[in-house]
Amino acid sequence: MINVIWLLLLVTGICYAGWQGRIEVVTQGAISAAEGAVGLSFKLIGVMCLWLGIMKIAELAGIVSFISRILGPLIRFLFPSVPKNHPAMGAIIMTLSANMLGLGNAVTPLGIKAMQELQQLNKEKDKASDAMCTLLALCTAGFTLVPATIIAIRSAAGSLNPTEIVGATLIVSLGATISVIIADRLCRTYCQVRRRR
Amino acid sequence: MFTLFSEQLSLWVIPIILLMIPMVGYFRHVKVYEAFVEGAAEGFHTAIRIMPFLVAMMVAINIFRLSGAMDVWVDNLKPILEFCGVPADLVPLAIIRPLSGTGALGLTTEILNTHGPDSMLGRIASTVLGSTDTTFYILTVYFGAIGISKPRYSIFVGLLGDLIGFAGSIYICHRLF
Repeated sequence: MINVIWLLLLVTGICYAGWQGRIEVVTQGAISAAEGAVGLSFKLIGVMCLWLGIMKIAELAGIVSFISRILGPLIRFLFPSVPKNHPAMGAIIMTLSANMLGLGNAVTPLGIKAMQELQQLNKEKDKASDAMCTLLALCTAGFTLVPATIIAIRSAAGSLNPTEIVGATLIVSLGATISVIIADRLCRTYCQVRRRR
Repeated sequence: MFTLFSEQLSLWVIPIILLMIPMVGYFRHVKVYEAFVEGAAEGFHTAIRIMPFLVAMMVAINIFRLSGAMDVWVDNLKPILEFCGVPADLVPLAIIRPLSGTGALGLTTEILNTHGPDSMLGRIASTVLGSTDTTFYILTVYFGAIGISKPRYSIFVGLLGDLIGFAGSIYICHRLF
């Protein structure tokens, strides 16, 4: 599916630009995006190092395993393929907590760390495992308790009550998260059934 | 009241984490400085491994946007979505949300400035931004970092989440406000 979407973005973009007689936009856009991507990953190095360093301290201090003991049952329900004391447990919990607290730039490093732990359990290294798909689904549903960025831009736009949408975002993102978990389960079961045949 | 609370919370939460974790670590006899450096060493490698995936995704998305092909999509989808009860001004936001985080933020700011943050449209746009995420970015970065090129059904599930978040925002805002 990713191949088709990627190709579709490229083909429609290039063909339309050509048809509109603005083909030069394609070259400029491609080069500036490629440079931007490198810039972005360089920016990521800093926050990656910061949060992975903090994460390592939390791991050695036993904070991660403490939290995973508390939230263990919930995580085991969502990720049945992850063994009980595997480091992936802790990493998943840290990712989801950072996501819920709305710690924008901490979520990515922690999420990647969790994916790396899950990769150790993965049998086919180039193919996403069931647990990876679930984690990705949870992250993309974006369940946040306090959407700080939105409150900030609302307040900047002169809203009389910038936080009035918090209730709505909570309900909607909770609903989206639950639907995504269900959809993920259905897809997983479907794949398992098909594999067995 | 709650505005103040959320502002303070977002100001304080990271400093508190940065304070608490090393403190707890120290009292539990972790060599905090060495542990931090050991963990941080992985950061460089991981960030570099994401690069080719980010280049691939951002180039395709940028060409799609700059060529004007995205606007054609928006124009064609507008009547269909309007028929389903989606306000026309929100259609671009629906398209760009899973593709680009900064793009979606920019569009929402624009909606808030033109229609007012306390208008129905402003509220819906804010809710959409708060309850969905940049699916393609997350997918590219998370799977890129571990070299996964076959994401299986996760794109479908991620986009479904965005769709539900979008439709849900419109519905809930009409019910609440």
